[in-house]
Amino acid sequence: MSNTLLEIRNITMQFGGVTAIDNLSFKVPLGSTYGLIGPNGAGKTTIFNNITGNYFPTEGSIIFDKDDITGTKPNKIINRGIARTFQNIRLFKSMNVLENILIGFHNQIPYTYFEAIFRLPRYHDYEKRIRVEAMGILEEFGIAKYANESATSLSYGNQRKVEIARALATKPKLLLLDEPAAGMNPNETAELSDIIQKIKDDYDLTILLIEHDMKFVNAMCDSVTVLDYGEKIFEGKPSDAIVDSKVISAYLGDFTNA
Amino acid sequence: MKNAIIKLLLILLSLGAIALAHKSFDSYTLSILNNIGIFAILALSYNLINGVTGQFSLEPNGFVAIGAYITALFLIPSADKIDMYALVEPAPIILQMKANFLIALLAGGLSATFIALLLSLPVFRVRGDYLAIVTLGFGFIIRIFALNEPAYTNGAMGLNDIPEVANFMWIGSLALITFVVMLHIIFSKFGRAMKAVRDDEDAATAMGINTFKIKTLAFMTSAFFEGIGGGLLASFLTTITPDQFSFLLTFQLLIIIVLGGLGSMIGSLVATILVMGSMEWLRFLDQDMVIFGMHTGAHPGMRMVVFAILLIIMMLFARRGLFGDRELLDILKNSFQKRADK
Repeated sequence: MSNTLLEIRNITMQFGGVTAIDNLSFKVPLGSTYGLIGPNGAGKTTIFNNITGNYFPTEGSIIFDKDDITGTKPNKIINRGIARTFQNIRLFKSMNVLENILIGFHNQIPYTYFEAIFRLPRYHDYEKRIRVEAMGILEEFGIAKYANESATSLSYGNQRKVEIARALATKPKLLLLDEPAAGMNPNETAELSDIIQKIKDDYDLTILLIEHDMKFVNAMCDSVTVLDYGEKIFEGKPSDAIVDSKVISAYLGDFTNA
Repeated sequence: MKNAIIKLLLILLSLGAIALAHKSFDSYTLSILNNIGIFAILALSYNLINGVTGQFSLEPNGFVAIGAYITALFLIPSADKIDMYALVEPAPIILQMKANFLIALLAGGLSATFIALLLSLPVFRVRGDYLAIVTLGFGFIIRIFALNEPAYTNGAMGLNDIPEVANFMWIGSLALITFVVMLHIIFSKFGRAMKAVRDDEDAATAMGINTFKIKTLAFMTSAFFEGIGGGLLASFLTTITPDQFSFLLTFQLLIIIVLGGLGSMIGSLVATILVMGSMEWLRFLDQDMVIFGMHTGAHPGMRMVVFAILLIIMMLFARRGLFGDRELLDILKNSFQKRADK
């Protein structure tokens, strides 16, 4: 078996009396693309929020790269090498595309407040360096020509790319994508899956993604976990998932007792 | 490199202009310029927390008061203090305070910074408008403290005969320094992080930004320059009383930064000149005017009415202020690019 990068170990998450995730475990192998699917409200985004520290799981633990990262603060999780995108695109709307990417470099810039105020050499060094690197990332996504445009003036598909590029700027090992293909037309979706495949190879990434577009999941993912009401109902290859009776009944309802 | 030289030249040129103004203008003009300079420092620093970082705060009057009192107490000789404190004997520590102007200003600024840190610790742990509530209350506390602790502040009588060290050389240069420092902050990783916090706090956190730290940093920086501005104000006016530092001061600054554009430093600078200047330039409205041979009669306060109307027109046609959240350089760059694209 290949190495495990991320392990979700018996996670239970309760909001008051509601159990959003019920004793869930799965392992994301290093270098794989892992899918998390399920009907609306199944608890997929809650898992993401547990991994990134936005929520603290009621029970269980999250192991990343052999370390227990349960309860690490959201702004620290990035230093571990986990970056995420959001279900509804959340770009910094007052900034241009390049500046949005530069935010991703925040924790990699060592100069202090006083060095910035007095414009000491380290300031110039790093500002120059990260701009070159950021343009390189934009180039990879094919959106370098929009670098100086306001981020929110781009098309939906391009905004999605900026968001993924921004996450990539933090130099993650694991990239969490929350419905990357949502709201895209088939052409954009195909283009996006090519880009994700490319950056995955170029940056040695492991990807955990939430998606409803099964064609996209089929093309991208090595394996999937299917959730329904916070419980795992299937784990395995995506091509097997779509013929699994439990998965079908979760999405379409159970016809046997009707 | 080329940019650095241009910047240095611009700074030297501005310093030259300040020195020239200091030498050649009469005292009336200089007093207007001094007022503009001090309010520029206050508006620029207020804009950092309110406009750039997007944390609605009502703090300036409190921090200006702290800076003004501390600086004044360092400047006034002890013999004068004994004469001045009529209600009670001044506290021993007040008599010991003595320093030159620069140290006194720094002491005022640093005290405000320290208080800002203390306020940040509870306030920035939660999100929402708590900062506005806490800073509003803080302004009242400072004023009430100044009124009720005559051993330190001489109560409602305030401090008089503060040595008039602050001239336009001091005020102009410090306003220039504030402007440059603010721009340096904005165009660095810290400024970007502050804007990120304003735009979307969750996304900023997800990018690894410690939002608590960034907000505290912005708040402390604002406080520092507001303290310095307060010190300059004390030395420029030579007399301070608690009532000068009421909420109206904050309100005036709020008008300035909203008019200039929240988040735009050049906007704050231009708006300060417009607002503080027009208070003087519109004075002719208060006097008797002759329109088509008819005497209007003197209407004291007419300029405030006109000023209010101007503000309303302004808000109708430029809702995001004069400059939005952009700096002069962004605007120039964009217009060049558009021309190049055509």
